[in-house]
Amino acid sequence: MAGSFSITVKGHADLKGMPLFAPISLELTAQRWTCLLGGSGVGKSTILRLIAGLETGATFTGRIEASDGGQIATRIAYMAQDDLLLPWATVAGNITLGARLRGKQRDKSRLKQLLERTGLTEHAAKTPAQLSGGQRQRAALARTLMEDKPVVLLDEPFSALDARTRAQMQDLAVELLDGRTVLIVTHDPGEAARLAHAIAILSPGGLVSRQPPGHPIPRPIDDLDSLEFHASLMRDLMVDQP
Amino acid sequence: MKTLPIVAATAFAILLWQAVVSVTGLPRFILPSPLLVMETWWQNRWLIAEHLLVTAAEVLIGLMIGTALGAATAIQLAASTRMRVLVRPILVFTQALPVFALAPILTLWFGFGLWSKIAMAVLIIYFPVASSFLDGLLRTAPGYLDLARTMQARPIFVLLYVRIPAALPSLASGLRLAAVYAPIGAVIGEWVGASRGLGYLMLLANGRAKTDLMFAAVLTLGLFAILLHLVINRLAQRLERN
Repeated sequence: MAGSFSITVKGHADLKGMPLFAPISLELTAQRWTCLLGGSGVGKSTILRLIAGLETGATFTGRIEASDGGQIATRIAYMAQDDLLLPWATVAGNITLGARLRGKQRDKSRLKQLLERTGLTEHAAKTPAQLSGGQRQRAALARTLMEDKPVVLLDEPFSALDARTRAQMQDLAVELLDGRTVLIVTHDPGEAARLAHAIAILSPGGLVSRQPPGHPIPRPIDDLDSLEFHASLMRDLMVDQP
Repeated sequence: MKTLPIVAATAFAILLWQAVVSVTGLPRFILPSPLLVMETWWQNRWLIAEHLLVTAAEVLIGLMIGTALGAATAIQLAASTRMRVLVRPILVFTQALPVFALAPILTLWFGFGLWSKIAMAVLIIYFPVASSFLDGLLRTAPGYLDLARTMQARPIFVLLYVRIPAALPSLASGLRLAAVYAPIGAVIGEWVGASRGLGYLMLLANGRAKTDLMFAAVLTLGLFAILLHLVINRLAQRLERN
């Protein structure tokens, strides 16, 4: 996969003349999970959307660059908290949406493979309303993978799920996104402690980097180092409250 | 729909009507009794049916053409911002003009036959369909559009596979309004100049002080309008479910 480039975000953003976040420098290392952690409204999603080339409503001053100098927006796949499944299309139709929206043939063998890997084969002909929350999010993950992009941007992807389903989704996501550069935006320090190779905590004052335990991801749910790290992230978040 | 309340309400209305006739003793050319109207209706059933057929044809053809034109306009305007800026004020202006004022001109242009009435129905339907469908097309959930954007979607396919399906419920509400307006357009057209149709029959009966026949024609029109509403409502529900 041509995923061996990293992404650098350097700059600051204003929202309606007020600073949204102070100057930051964020590095997404190639083929690693970077986690952007922070409370609501600090601009985590704004950073992700800036990388994705989406509207943010904020004014960003600075630069967002790939280490190989190439375009970024064309090389990302995006997944949000809302699964964004089209209610009138089948699961298979949703997973292959990208090809349809580009006017291209859908890759049937890849669809079949992704349905299998996300355990949705028998649900392929159902509509999203017939699925559980976890299944819907798996379909959204399959759709993200169908795009086959080197960079994957996850905006609170598992926040709406119950604890058990969330942990299962985290395991599945790490497995399926192996080899890709991932940015995950979350307000959940537990999620950051399980999934991240590198963590950046965003607050109005700027970015603070934290180094998670060295275990490979996903770290086991009962890994004591991770739990301790979770607690220390939590302490950082509490301090950051103005 | 529950039948019992409808039967009860109808019975109540007829009783009230009869009571007014009995108490006031109004002459039959001012207010005929329900029984007399039923009798007249039955005696003239073929005459009424013949005229109903004409009006129904005007309404249905008008509905089809008006909906098709309105929907096509909405899609056209949704696809192009420039067209929207240019055409929207014209649309609003034509709607501010009472369509009834145009009836004599339409009769002049399209003659006394079916087409001047169809033109009336089309004109009166066109705006509600176009404007509510356009509203729906412009209010696509932003998440879908973000997703489409990260997929490098082509605008035409976004319109086709996302915006139009998402706007079908709005088209449905436009269609419901259209079903209410279409008979009004046709009947007004018939009043201005016609030799057939329920509107024509009403004027004719009124002019000859055959008030009972006029009532029969009005009731027939009412029943037809309700039937039309039920059918269109069924169709609209199907669109909303998509």
